[in-house]
Amino acid sequence: MHPAFSVIFLTTLIGVGQGLFLALFSSQAYTVVNVLPAQGGDYYALGGAIALGFLGLGLVASFFHLGHPERAWRAAAMWRTSWLSREVIVLPAVMGLIFLYVMVNGLGLEMDLYGLGLPGQVALSIGVLGVIATLVLFLCTGMIYAAIKFLQEWATPLTPFNYFLLGTASGFSFAAAFSARTAPELMPFHAGWAITLTVAALVFRVAALIRNARLKARSTVQSAIGVRHNKVQQRSMGMMGGSYNTREYFHGRTLAFMKSVKWIFLVLVFPVPVALIWAGMLEDAPALLAAGFGVQYLGLLFERWFFFAQANHPQNLYYQVVG
Amino acid sequence: MTQLALVIDLNVCVGCHACVTSCKQWNTSGQAGPLFDDNPYGKDPTGTFFNRVQTFEVGEFPCTETIHFPKSCLHCEDAPCVPVCPTGASYKRQSDGIVLVDYDKCIGCKYCSWACPYGAREFDEQQKVMKKCTLCVDRIYDVSIPEDRRKPACVISCPTSARLFGDVHDPDSEVSLAIRENGGYQLMPEWGTKPANHYLPRRKTKLRIHEDELVRADNPLKKEDIRHEVSKEATLDDWLM
Repeated sequence: MHPAFSVIFLTTLIGVGQGLFLALFSSQAYTVVNVLPAQGGDYYALGGAIALGFLGLGLVASFFHLGHPERAWRAAAMWRTSWLSREVIVLPAVMGLIFLYVMVNGLGLEMDLYGLGLPGQVALSIGVLGVIATLVLFLCTGMIYAAIKFLQEWATPLTPFNYFLLGTASGFSFAAAFSARTAPELMPFHAGWAITLTVAALVFRVAALIRNARLKARSTVQSAIGVRHNKVQQRSMGMMGGSYNTREYFHGRTLAFMKSVKWIFLVLVFPVPVALIWAGMLEDAPALLAAGFGVQYLGLLFERWFFFAQANHPQNLYYQVVG
Repeated sequence: MTQLALVIDLNVCVGCHACVTSCKQWNTSGQAGPLFDDNPYGKDPTGTFFNRVQTFEVGEFPCTETIHFPKSCLHCEDAPCVPVCPTGASYKRQSDGIVLVDYDKCIGCKYCSWACPYGAREFDEQQKVMKKCTLCVDRIYDVSIPEDRRKPACVISCPTSARLFGDVHDPDSEVSLAIRENGGYQLMPEWGTKPANHYLPRRKTKLRIHEDELVRADNPLKKEDIRHEVSKEATLDDWLM
């Protein structure tokens, strides 16, 4: 497939936003039961606002993928069948819940909802809904790709898992850098999870790479035109110039380029950020943590590019030779 | 339930592209407005087409065969492009099984084209909506056209009648008969999309001549045997006798 930068930015940015929100919520939940030192509502409000910013930027990026952005509202119509529709519904829901989470924390709204006498019940109740919506959003985004069964590189449960793990890893990396400056007591918690999630993401991403390397294409030129013969070659694709079909479904890069992008993202997303975050955590150096997130996000752009480019669409069987 | 479709006879198609040009002509001047064409006479022409004729070579030289292969939307019975559409712009008509795009609802997200394994959908770069073969839906129901010409433009224009058009669910229709009697098949059956369009296979014509057919059985004068062995020194005169 031909990777579109609008979708690359959309998926990576909302991943960071979702991960950051999960990081904030989990640390807040821990503080309630006194596992972590409590923070003021301002910290969660600011963090939530930044998460909203990431999600908003992703939303803006997504509009560049549409031919008719002014009709984007229609995209919520087919939630019964289309994962894209579901994403379009869940993304604003996530943003709305995070917005409420920000407001409740920012205004310090407290109520003893469950008669437990603990603080933060309102914020955490909204937060739980936000977490559920966030997880559903990860599922929707991943399933948009995993649901296309003949794009064999994508049609695997590893796809939504990867979206979830890479999103949360980058979100926790950001949370580590963010908390290093605003709430240093929480930094080791976020940094530790950032490393854990990054390692988990590495395992799943490598599993996907191994799986894809061993894939055998189910469609062949024989099944594409229905001629059972060992040797079938295209002589003409029916046009001398290009078309949508030749531009949209092939990245147009060499095998060596693909391979180098793979190694770039494998280095930038996993070992380098882990080393930087680890060092930042030990040295208590916010700059190292920030660099860890920066490198990881840059790597994720390469990762997403590779994810799209690697998918081999069977329609390409019909467009192999100009003529 | 009716399922209109094309049946394309690969044994007859000569790859003249008449269906391509007539399709483009009919649909570019039809109700839906022009089909995008950029730089049509320049160096890198590009544009939106509903129908393409591709050419494949089968076999190894010198035993090769050329197959001209027209391809348009197959109007799948289980069309994968329809459920993925987030707006419902892509739909399959209950009444006749034609898969269509509502250009006024399409947001141009291209998801449907990703979900089509056949590459039958093309994005109109000018109108920014997804387009595809409509089976000339504006033609086949037009009562102002004589009844025998209410067929898709490609079917009407095909000089060798390689294209048949009709209801593949009606067992007595011309297309069903052709599929049954000529071994009509579907493309990429492995994906379970159940394309409504079918293809009729190329039939191999072989000349079967046995040895005894070359020699006259009733040959009292043994006319074939009067050739003499030719030596290396033989000249042309030896042959002319």
